[in-house]
Amino acid sequence: MPNTTKVRINDFAIKLANVNGTGSASANSLLMQAMFRMGIPVSGKNLFPSNIQGLPTWYEIRVNKSGHTARALDYDLMVAMNSQTYSRDVHELRRGGYLLYDSSWPLDASLIRDDVTYLGVPFARLCNEHFADSRERILMKNIAYAGSLVALLEIDLKIVEDSVAEKYSGKKALAESNHRALRLGYEYAREHFECPLPFHLEKMDANADKILIDGNTATALGCLYAGATVAAWYPITPSTSVMDAFKTLCEKYRRDPETGKNNYLILQAEDELAAIGMVIGACWNGARSFTSTAGPGISLMNELLGLAYYAEIPAVVIDIERVGPSTGMPTRTQQGDLMECAYASHGDTKHILLFPSNPAECFEFAVKSFDLAERFQTPVFLLSDLDIGMNDWVVPRLTWDDSYRPDRGRVLDAEDLERIQKFQRYFNEDETHVAARTLPGVHSKGAFFTRGSGHNKFGGYTETPDEYQEVMDRLLLKHKATAAFVPPPEIRRRSGADFGVVTLGGCDPAVREGLDLLAARGILADSMRVRGFPFDETVEAFLEEHDFCFVIEQNRDAQLRSLLTLETRVPKEKLRSVLVYGGFPLSARHVVDGIMHELYGPDPSGNGHIPASEPMQIEE
Amino acid sequence: MPSIAKPIATHPSMQRNQLGLTLRDYEGAMSTLCAGCGHDSITAAIVRALWELATPPHMIAKLSGIGCSSKTPTYFVSGAHGFNSAHGRMAPIATGANGANRELIYIGISGDGDSLSIGLGHMCHAIRRNVKMVYLIENNGVYGLTKGQFSASADLGSKSKRGEPNRMAPIDPVLLGLSIGATFVARSFSGDKEQLVPILKAAVAHRGFALVDIISPCVTFNDHAGSTKSYLYTRKHQLRVTEADFVPPANEIVAAIGQNSATSVTMHDGSVVRFKAVPPGYDPTDRQAVFNYLHEQQGDGEVVTGLLFLDETVGDVHEMNQTSETPLVRMPYEKLCPGAGVLDRLQEEFR
Repeated sequence: MPNTTKVRINDFAIKLANVNGTGSASANSLLMQAMFRMGIPVSGKNLFPSNIQGLPTWYEIRVNKSGHTARALDYDLMVAMNSQTYSRDVHELRRGGYLLYDSSWPLDASLIRDDVTYLGVPFARLCNEHFADSRERILMKNIAYAGSLVALLEIDLKIVEDSVAEKYSGKKALAESNHRALRLGYEYAREHFECPLPFHLEKMDANADKILIDGNTATALGCLYAGATVAAWYPITPSTSVMDAFKTLCEKYRRDPETGKNNYLILQAEDELAAIGMVIGACWNGARSFTSTAGPGISLMNELLGLAYYAEIPAVVIDIERVGPSTGMPTRTQQGDLMECAYASHGDTKHILLFPSNPAECFEFAVKSFDLAERFQTPVFLLSDLDIGMNDWVVPRLTWDDSYRPDRGRVLDAEDLERIQKFQRYFNEDETHVAARTLPGVHSKGAFFTRGSGHNKFGGYTETPDEYQEVMDRLLLKHKATAAFVPPPEIRRRSGADFGVVTLGGCDPAVREGLDLLAARGILADSMRVRGFPFDETVEAFLEEHDFCFVIEQNRDAQLRSLLTLETRVPKEKLRSVLVYGGFPLSARHVVDGIMHELYGPDPSGNGHIPASEPMQIEE
Repeated sequence: MPSIAKPIATHPSMQRNQLGLTLRDYEGAMSTLCAGCGHDSITAAIVRALWELATPPHMIAKLSGIGCSSKTPTYFVSGAHGFNSAHGRMAPIATGANGANRELIYIGISGDGDSLSIGLGHMCHAIRRNVKMVYLIENNGVYGLTKGQFSASADLGSKSKRGEPNRMAPIDPVLLGLSIGATFVARSFSGDKEQLVPILKAAVAHRGFALVDIISPCVTFNDHAGSTKSYLYTRKHQLRVTEADFVPPANEIVAAIGQNSATSVTMHDGSVVRFKAVPPGYDPTDRQAVFNYLHEQQGDGEVVTGLLFLDETVGDVHEMNQTSETPLVRMPYEKLCPGAGVLDRLQEEFR
């Protein structure tokens, strides 16, 4: 059926269906980078399996000139390169959409939809004709479909070719193959189809001061800049790339040019119990140290996190959340570790949590984590997730203030110790209830016994109720005092708002877009994105000032809502939940449908409040 | 752990070490262990060894897990930082501490529950990393604080206080250590201070991880007839295989190394371990031969003691990782942060 949709510029979504382990990732990131370099707001979501090779994997790219780049659920174009998933891929296309497929083999009649335009390119045949090596034939099919997309979407060919040249500079044969494959797909599309499609790209200038970066790389950069020296970890999806990036950065920026020695130490531990133990040992000795992990790792670390909390030892724990419980879905995203981290370990414990919403905040908050951990002598959790951590995001360029110096908190040096009569570890607290600590190797007057067993304010062992409680009560006051130091919530108001919306982390772009869509229908909401725990007073005030609030988060049990009801005086009834926790990133449609459903009940059409066949567009 | 402060009583006649400190300066709080506990003798040996080595107290870090043995760091060197951590987790905490500051002397005190059950994996991996530390297992074959359960080092057939025999094969830290690349392996007996002190001194001087298994009878739960970790049994079956002398670097020339001795090994810091007596053909630097020898002796129910194996050729965790000589805790921040200019440039990769 010929497509009669009017021309749409820089506002569409495509989905690429691939087989994992076949090299599609490099083609997809090539496309994403080209769109970014054309100055267009873009996002890419990699929906990949927990597998090395052979299972279905998808990549979604959304461009939106208004900057709304949350995950889209409506696809204008499907690149169907995986015959295993043809039928579901065909059905995910919106009405009037296009399907680009490998026409080396005929398409089964059952896959034909009369509201979809089929674009067949014989990628396998073309590559078999032009490449001799069997592995190369598989890899180059991906670059060939990228070439076809360049023609169909009017991606700047020169930008793509330059990217290929950059990527394979020094690998002449590979560069040549990539160029050839790119041209194969490009020429075929130009010859056989009307290019470009009605929805396509035009250069913009939205990315001049932006970068394209994943959250895990940005987090590692934060650790580098914060001055972290000892990193300990156990490999786990989706956090592995934090340490990979940290290692790469350290090899480049932490090797002494004169001695060739490393100003860092990365320890791959035997398990997460050991990883957090190493971090605690290093921090006890005065280094800035961190671990990166995911939910299952936090479960294992619970024991020693209680020790660090009670003995007041700094530690930075980077948690790249994935779907739980148990092994769950390691390559899917969720915000399921809030409660686990907030109260990690047995007994009465409370921890500082930071919630970045994108890679730029991952960088900023990673640095902040070390400052808070040392200032308050306690573990700090940076709660990122798979969506933020492993997907490429367009964010403002990272900046650094060279006058920054680490906040080491209250640490007595040799001179301080010389001056005092007697050092007592948990005595003489400041206004934030922090007592000074000493480091080993400095002065024997600073020597004391760090212990996870009951202790009094002098650091001595105790089994006396009053002495024990005195320390526990101070720890609670200290935790409360940290609220003024965690990043404050980001609040956006609309005049005439009927209710409030509360969210956190990677939900941010979808919530912003969803609230704009609702506003276009006259449904107005203020919003608050919490960025840290414990909550400061502005969080409670926001909840108080609205008749009710929706709490939008990605877990089944409404963990943010639970934390808000536990840690503020706001009545539970005022907080209503919109929960999306299947493992894929949140989209604006989830937000709109979730709120509409709560406000007005199920949509009578049964299709949701925004039909899938209508692309979501914002009034400008 | 509860402890009782011990008044430091000195007398002008007390001998002083090179730092001008007396033995008292290397002591800690009063022990609250049972009277006659083997662990207290080990504490006394540690005090003696560190005093003789004249290690500055503030340069020592004492770490332990949980258990009777893990209480003992309170009882020596009160001028050193101590860390009584969690059950079985001392090795990773010591590893991280050493990672941050390679200049301190790390004394890790552990027991057979801590090291051979809950923390077995951690101990093995600390051995593999060759973390420079003294790792003591105060081994009594029994859980004391929870009142007498068998530990993983209890020998086959050894009887509990109630008369029940142990039916599971023991984990022998010495054979285990040898099989996974330990570079310093010793076994001693808490009742043999003469043997233990030089072993501890050599352990401090060792380039990497020094594993010292010390049979240390539990007078309350494992010192009865039928136990293979009792004073009586150990005294009867102790086989002192090697006798080692520790010669500090300064005395090297005076000691006339190697003339009468079977073997001597120069330590990484220049000190020398001189083996005064070893059985004919025993080479404490030949891992395979030592392993075979110990395996044979074990079959005969002998408790083989001495500095059993030593390899000074393997680098520690820092040498393996090429870490800077300056401890990372002392690295100025300016050397750690690449600065705004670099951040600006490196972001070109993300364009």
